Order: sequence, then C-alpha cells, then structure tokens
Amino acid sequence: MKLTRRHTLMMAFGSAVAAIMPFKAFAAVEDEIQAFTGGADMGSDGITLIAPEIAENGNTVPIEVNAPGAEAIIVFAAGNPTPAVATFNFGPLAADQSAATRIRLAGTQDVVAIARMSDGSFVQARQEVKVTIGGCGG
Amino acid sequence: MADNVKPRVRVPRDATAGEEITIKTLISHPMESGQRKDGDGNVIPRSIINRFTCTFNGETVIDVTLEPAISTNPYFEFQAIVPETGTFEFTWYDDDGAVYTDSKEITVG
Repeated sequence: MKLTRRHTLMMAFGSAVAAIMPFKAFAAVEDEIQAFTGGADMGSDGITLIAPEIAENGNTVPIEVNAPGAEAIIVFAAGNPTPAVATFNFGPLAADQSAATRIRLAGTQDVVAIARMSDGSFVQARQEVKVTIGGCGG
Repeated sequence: MADNVKPRVRVPRDATAGEEITIKTLISHPMESGQRKDGDGNVIPRSIINRFTCTFNGETVIDVTLEPAISTNPYFEFQAIVPETGTFEFTWYDDDGAVYTDSKEITVG
C-alpha cells in the first residue's frame, strides 16, 4: 500500500481516537467513585476482592467481596460501557460483610470494589481480570 | 413482566441461636442490559432487576442495588445471623415494576 497524504491523516486520526477512548472510560469510573466517596482518601486494608485472573466468558464472571465492618460495598467494572456493577448495603443481621455474585465484563479490565466503613472511611481493592470473550453482546 | 421468572433460595432448615448461616439465591431473569442490538440493529431496551433485598423478621440482612453489569439469572450468596425462629423474606424488584418474592422459615432449636 502506498502511503498517501490521505492515508497518513486517517491513520493519525484513528490512533488519536484509540488513545482517547480508554481514557474516557477511565474518567467515567473515576467520576462514579468520586460520587460514592465524596473524594475521600481510600486505604487498601480491610477489603478483599476475589475475582478470577482469567475469565473465559465475560458474561458470567464470579466475584466475591468481603470487608469486615463495612456498611456498604460498591463494585465497579472500569472498562464497561456503564462502570457501575452493584452496591451491597449490609443490615444489622448480616453476619459478615461479604457477598458473592456473577457479573458481566465487556473485556479485559480492572474490577474495583470500594467499601464504606461504619466510621465513614473508605477502602478499595482492585484486580485485573483478563476476559477472553466479552460479555456485552457487541 | 419478564417471562418465567422463578426465584430459588437456599436456607438451612434449622440453626442454633446467633448462628451464622450462608444464604444462596438465584432468580431466573434475562437481565437485558440495554447494550445489545437485535438482528436489525435496534437496541434492545434495558430490562433488569434493579434491587434485591433480604430481611429476617423485618430486619434487613442485605439490600443490593443491581446494575446492568449483573449477569443473567442474578445469583447472590451472603451470610446472615439467626437470632431466633423466624422467616427470611426475599424480594426482587424488576425495572417494569414487577416484584418477585420468596420466603423461607428457619427454626432455632
């Protein structure tokens, strides 16, 4: 293929879009985290996020969150079209603050869990999950 | 209302007072995310269960907000304390306003 001026321009445009896209998804999840925590600092102790390292099928990825003493745990999938996944609010009869469920992941990405503790502080855990087949039906 | 929605819940039949038990719930529901397209390229509208709650004798155990990223046939597993004999009530709220419920009794011996 001969590199014409038109081709060069198109390629430059394509790579610029490709560079911006992940940043946009990242910004969306940061906004939602901000909305949940109010911009508070987050520790990383006291919360466990169990997710597979490699998920063959992005349609059902088993995850488990556990944060002793948490009031609520929110889970985000940073690379999904809508990053929010679920919010678990624990009542007085919850024996421990843990829950397991199955989620959809559009592709390889970070799964983020943030817990709001009863003293008002926040902790987060983050894990990358490699997805072989995405789960958004695209 | 989505078709063939059937809740399934697993709770032990009996427990000792104050015991921690594991509860597993599954409800058959397509959880249409609103991202998929049909054969003609039209977006299939979102239709999911957006909230799940579990209470024991009126006190909350867990209250979950679900987003479209929860898989088809939403499954939850969590722990509860059983202070006395009573009933666990499970409620799922659909986007279309339908409410699905199930209940399980547990005896403290």
